[in-house]
Amino acid sequence: MKIVVTVKQVPDPNSPQRLDADNTIARDGDVVLDPGDACGVEIGLRLKEAHGGEVVLVSMGPERAREAIRKALSMGADRAVLVTDPALEGADVNTTARALAAAIGSESPDLVVCATESYDGSTGMVPPMLAEVLGLPQLTFANHVEVNGSTVSVHRQTEDGYQVVEAPMPALVAVTAGIAEPRYASLRGIMAARNKEVRTVGVADLGLEVPAPAETVEGVEDAPSRQQGEIVEDDGASGVERIMALLQAAKVI
Amino acid sequence: MSIAAPAAGRLDPFDLLEIDALLSEEERLVRDTVRGFVRNRVLPGIEEWFERGVFPRELVAEIAQLGLLGMHLKGYGCAGASAVSYGLACQELEAGDSGFRSFVSVQGSLSMFPIWKFGSEDQKREWLPPMARGELIGCFGLTEPDFGSDPGGMRTSARRRGTDWVLNGNKLWITNGSIADLAIVWARAEDGIRGFIVPTGSHGFTARDVHRKISLRASVTSELVLEDVVVPASALLPGAQGLKAPLSCLNEARYGIVWGAMGAARACYEAALEYARTRVQFGRPIAAFQLTQRKLVEMVVEIEKGMLLALHLGRLKDQERLRPEQVSVGKLNNVRAALEIAREARSILGANGITLEYPVIRHMNNLESVYTYEGTNEVHTLAIGEAITGISAFR
Ligand SMILES: Cc1cc2nc3c(=O)[nH]c(=O)nc-3n(C[C@H](O)[C@H](O)[C@H](O)COP(=O)(O)OP(=O)(O)OC[C@H]3O[C@@H](n4cnc5c(N)ncnc54)[C@H](O)[C@@H]3O)c2cc1C
Repeated sequence: MKIVVTVKQVPDPNSPQRLDADNTIARDGDVVLDPGDACGVEIGLRLKEAHGGEVVLVSMGPERAREAIRKALSMGADRAVLVTDPALEGADVNTTARALAAAIGSESPDLVVCATESYDGSTGMVPPMLAEVLGLPQLTFANHVEVNGSTVSVHRQTEDGYQVVEAPMPALVAVTAGIAEPRYASLRGIMAARNKEVRTVGVADLGLEVPAPAETVEGVEDAPSRQQGEIVEDDGASGVERIMALLQAAKVI
Repeated sequence: MSIAAPAAGRLDPFDLLEIDALLSEEERLVRDTVRGFVRNRVLPGIEEWFERGVFPRELVAEIAQLGLLGMHLKGYGCAGASAVSYGLACQELEAGDSGFRSFVSVQGSLSMFPIWKFGSEDQKREWLPPMARGELIGCFGLTEPDFGSDPGGMRTSARRRGTDWVLNGNKLWITNGSIADLAIVWARAEDGIRGFIVPTGSHGFTARDVHRKISLRASVTSELVLEDVVVPASALLPGAQGLKAPLSCLNEARYGIVWGAMGAARACYEAALEYARTRVQFGRPIAAFQLTQRKLVEMVVEIEKGMLLALHLGRLKDQERLRPEQVSVGKLNNVRAALEIAREARSILGANGITLEYPVIRHMNNLESVYTYEGTNEVHTLAIGEAITGISAFR
């Protein structure tokens, strides 16, 4: 079974996030493999361990994204394709999905595994668009994945439980961050990653035309800081009532 | 997601000199992997293990899975990492707790290394792979109650009986002693000091823990008693002849300490910096006071210097040019600096600094052991003194 896992390098969640002047995310600080993607890699590796085959990483980003790729290779993925091109700088979701699709399409995978959303952009748009461009069925919000013969089935997380959803392969699965604890890269894995292939491709190699951005971010503002809450003094009678009323107003009860 | 103002030009307080840039991608990956392990598996439990005085043996399998046991050795199931990667792993482990770095040092550098370096092919094949997998734990018995800095005076004896060897004597302060499956025991034979691989289940072998320690509490320290312990000829390490054999093992472990000490120092500095920026007295964060700033600056300057020193020694080691006296420079400087940093950090934390809620006093107490073992500060001073004057002041 050939499994493609999409991975992305993102600003380190542990350091403060910044934007560049054009409102795109600043990527010159500390960067890491997207923690959600690490879960995707883990699922890819588990499926490979259970069914055999190959885990191929596909990423789009600057040359520097090789570091995140190296980390995923150290966890055990077999090889990687990095889509990198100055023309793709500041790409919106549409362009991102098309570029990834072009790279993934030429791999003809049985299964594409994505995280539900990236840690930095958090649009959650790439996996569905990618499935659409590739013409694959999409199984989203998966917190459990199983492959039986030529079908893949997932538990699709909902507010009050899960749905069991199944599709013939090839298919695309978008997994939740809680699906599995990503393994540590072992030292042996880190050293083995030295010799694994990371192929870089540009827009010309993919025969891709980069459209003008369909969407740009015009402005960003911090969320309003929290206002002080109401303090309810319990005078023995009305306190409980007041709290009940507040909870009802907040639709908690 | 909060969008902070662009931090243009602000230096990273934890990488002031951009030492990160001197590391390869692979080295950074090793460091970050071990750092992640320490953050997720060591830090949540360390206060309790330290307080209860236990080493969490259940983590050995995970440490082995990461490939940290004998990681700088080649072949026999070991990872074969570079000296710099090994150093970085030690640094991160010790940023968690010196007890973890001690465990890995003793297993890899003091127990596996002598077998790897001085053992027969059969011994290497028998012992190294299960030790790398963490299935067998080793310890290193050199120090005796009456012979610490001067191990050459040791009384533990090895006598031949037929083709067997009979070992007698006491070893004290032995890390991992009572949890070990095998002990590398150094003993005086007719032809000088020899090393033996002794299964701890051997008849006449007992290990008793040293209690009431207030340093390295999350690490096992034991006394080994050998009473007519009989081992076959195949237990002798054929390549180890004389005191220089155990000393060469210590040299390996010390190299890890050069890095490890800076990990502990960094953890103290991190805690102190964070505390100083948030603790308000006289209406201002205590970090606003010049005296506090000076403390923090002294810390970071010493840490950056110590890390450059460690990295330099690591690069020399990877080129197989590192000399024992050079390791002495690193051990002497970095452990001394780390201890001073821990004490300064403790003062910044005020009363909070004396509790286990913060990592500082734990590191401070641990570093007292690190200051003494693997060659005391004084012994390394004299080793360097001998190297530069040509005159030995202690032998
Ligand atoms: C937690 C812990 C774990 C340890 N683990 C191990 C282990 O796994 N295996 C092992 O074999 N050993 C181990 N040791 C022992 C350690 O290596 C010794 O404690 C160390 O070598 C010092 O010996 P000592 O304690 O007997 O001190 P001593 O040698 O008695 O020294 C006491 C003081 O005298 C000074 N001194 C001694 N000689 C001179 C001199 N010539 N000139 C100037 N000053 C001198 C010393 O520097 C020191 O300040 C461990 C120790 C500790 C604390």
